[in-house]
Amino acid sequence: MEDNQKSNLIKKMEVCLLAGEIMLKSGAETYRVEDTMDRMARALEIEQPQSFATPTAIIFSAHGETKTETRLIRIIHRTTDLEKKTETRLIRIINRTTDLEKIARVNHLSRSLSEKKITAEEVFHQLKELQKTDMFYPVWLQLFCAALSSGCFLIMFGGVWSDFIPAFLSGGIGFYIFLLMNRFVGIKFFSEFSASLSIGFCAYVFVKMGTGIDLDKIIIGSVMPLVPGLLITNAIRDLIAGHLVAGISKGAEAFFTAFAIGSGIACIVLIFF
Amino acid sequence: MIVQLLTSFFASSAFGVLFNAPKKLLIHCGIAGMSGWAVYYLLTTMGIDSVPASLAASFLVAIISHFFAKRFRTPVIIFIVGGIIPLVPGGTAYDAMRKFVENDYNMAIQLSAKAFLISGAIVIGIVFSEVINQVIRKIIIERNKTYNSGQTN
Repeated sequence: MEDNQKSNLIKKMEVCLLAGEIMLKSGAETYRVEDTMDRMARALEIEQPQSFATPTAIIFSAHGETKTETRLIRIIHRTTDLEKKTETRLIRIINRTTDLEKIARVNHLSRSLSEKKITAEEVFHQLKELQKTDMFYPVWLQLFCAALSSGCFLIMFGGVWSDFIPAFLSGGIGFYIFLLMNRFVGIKFFSEFSASLSIGFCAYVFVKMGTGIDLDKIIIGSVMPLVPGLLITNAIRDLIAGHLVAGISKGAEAFFTAFAIGSGIACIVLIFF
Repeated sequence: MIVQLLTSFFASSAFGVLFNAPKKLLIHCGIAGMSGWAVYYLLTTMGIDSVPASLAASFLVAIISHFFAKRFRTPVIIFIVGGIIPLVPGGTAYDAMRKFVENDYNMAIQLSAKAFLISGAIVIGIVFSEVINQVIRKIIIERNKTYNSGQTN
């Protein structure tokens, strides 16, 4: 009887942890991860659930009939998973950190569970499916969007229309280098650095060829897809929610990214001017 | 102006794709980004400094994002991310970096202080709207409570 209860509790905890893990890997704010896990635990009638999430780990504990159970999940979401690398496509590994669609889906599942629309078994099953599925937009579309936003930013920052094509191309090339480097090297700093390096180089070549006019505007526009917008937003929202550890570490990551982009461009400026 | 609106709309939705936002919400990401940029652009062309302009724009972006998030029952970051990207002081930061490389430290420090202030303004805009959102939610809950208790009595 006691064993049965215990295994039941562990199963419920697994559901909550899986939901938390998916959300954190997809780049949700830590306070949202904790909130979702607590809500799901309450819906599953776990007594006194306590969760603690940082960008690299989740700790979850529940008060059982017999004794308190605690589980820890460590998340190394900035590095790539070697085992999965062989069976997944290029995009999935790279964008493990930002997948807003998955966050929205887990959020939806947790809501349905709270409203008792679905059972714990179904939730667990669906979460497992969600963990496996690959919901990214195709690479060509991502590249096109990166290029398009580079061109649009050029116009927004007061560039001329004749610079649109150079910014479009160098933004696209830069983002492609970013994806490639992320796949083969897997160090975020290096992929951002080489992406901004290639953007600077492309912009320089375009201006030298006479296709581009304003080098500064082209570089600023093309660099925009690399800007760590999600990290900045999450850092702020975590800090507001009182999660100082998570907020500061995400802020540091954002600063590091900005530094990588800046030093890549600085190298080009140093070499060619 | 129309060109600015269109480009900011496309840029923000394209960002939604890069961050893998749900397909049906991409247009809304674009709208959030467009309205933020429209405010920023109008204010700066009227001669207002870019720091208060960023504050107003990020405030509006966050308000709209909260509205969409409530309406579609999705996490609010989906909309905020695309919305604040155009406001990020990329140009100022770039100029600052360039001055650093050219050993013009006076100008470089000045520009980086400016970039820092603009990012601070974006943060404050988001925080303010969050606070207002919480207050409104509390007021609605309180009102429902008094309403319900009045009914039972």
